[in-house]
Amino acid sequence: MKSSYRHHYTIVSVNFPEKVTKIFRENFRNLESVFGTNVLNSKMEAKMSFTITGTGMYVPENIVENSDLEKLVETDDEWIQQRVGVCRRHISIDETASEMGYKAALAALQNSGTDVSELDLILAATVSCENVSPSLACKVQNLLGATCLAFDINAACASFIFLLETAAGFFARGTVKKVLIIGAEQLSRIVDWTDRGTCVIFGDGAGAVVLEKGEDFLDSTLTSVGGEDVIKIPHYSGESPFWKREPDRPFIHMAGQETFKFAVNAICADLKLLLSRNGLSFDDVRHIVPHQANKRIIDLAAARLGVKKEKFFLNIENYGNTSSASIPIALDEMRRAGMLQKGDLLLMPAFGGGLSHAACLLRW
Amino acid sequence: MVYEKVVQTIAEKLECDAAGIGMGTVLADLGMDSLDITEIVMCLESDFNIEIELGEGMNTVSDLVSVIEGLVG
Repeated sequence: MKSSYRHHYTIVSVNFPEKVTKIFRENFRNLESVFGTNVLNSKMEAKMSFTITGTGMYVPENIVENSDLEKLVETDDEWIQQRVGVCRRHISIDETASEMGYKAALAALQNSGTDVSELDLILAATVSCENVSPSLACKVQNLLGATCLAFDINAACASFIFLLETAAGFFARGTVKKVLIIGAEQLSRIVDWTDRGTCVIFGDGAGAVVLEKGEDFLDSTLTSVGGEDVIKIPHYSGESPFWKREPDRPFIHMAGQETFKFAVNAICADLKLLLSRNGLSFDDVRHIVPHQANKRIIDLAAARLGVKKEKFFLNIENYGNTSSASIPIALDEMRRAGMLQKGDLLLMPAFGGGLSHAACLLRW
Repeated sequence: MVYEKVVQTIAEKLECDAAGIGMGTVLADLGMDSLDITEIVMCLESDFNIEIELGEGMNTVSDLVSVIEGLVG
């Protein structure tokens, strides 16, 4: 079953007579029941969204080079670079996801000149936090000494866009003025270090952004395709004396070829949709900032879209795949490198477990 | 027809001479890894308007041809 939630901020709000609206609503509901999909095109005011006013990141000091992995599993630097595009990754030796998230949050708050007391909401995502509860958002709230609402969302590696979308909802309702968004991962704790197919891909780290009322989250598309054949991260199965089933190993499981195909198709479909819906072409877009999953995914997506590879920002060689943290880490690096100018249009595609995929069009 | 298309797709992807590719060619011998094979599969899916199940047993040109022939009928 595929469920899509899409909305389109650029639709101008038009006041139809109640009778027309009623007919439209009823027909729309019928379409949903026929196709079994849930497609929402909300008529939101174009002005009700946000602006990113600060970015921050944190990665642990300990760097693991490809050559270090040669001692753990049968692999080599050339194979990893060619296959995934990773040269090194930061791997935590004593810091948890929430502690990394806290440090990234502090950096983002400082960059935006926001005091903790001004925050109205903290939204976070992780698949590798040290706790199920408290949530990552609540852990960071506590470490920051904040008192605002805080909760997590899980769309795995696609989470960052789901977080922005959720935040946009709060801005649209006018209930928040400043929001902190965090993606933080200690993926090294859920990686199977005996599996050479996956352990070379991932890294630890955190990224955060501060959002304030604005008009720059222009459009987004979010899709969920429930299933666990392609990507699965089972939880610790517990020690119940009553449980009869074989426990799943609590590590990242990925069907490499299926993941590759899913990711390339997701990026291409989502970016084409956002551009066509907004009357734009890739020439109008300054940078594409994708989830940093695998360089080969980006290369093929770029080729299929007919876009120069240079348009895609890539830093996977230095961090590996950091799941929910990868896009905010990329944004922070780009900002600090002076790559982002006010008014630049960015496309940010993300995809991962769920399966979930999403993309947004954002004005810097 | 399927065979020719498979060979042409591989030759284009690898930028090599199609004459060096035959029914019995092992894809790994051409230097292709599993993601290269996936890329070829994705191209062929678009060309034939089919969906190919990925996984084990896609090792030779012949494997690809027989899977596609099974799907296009």
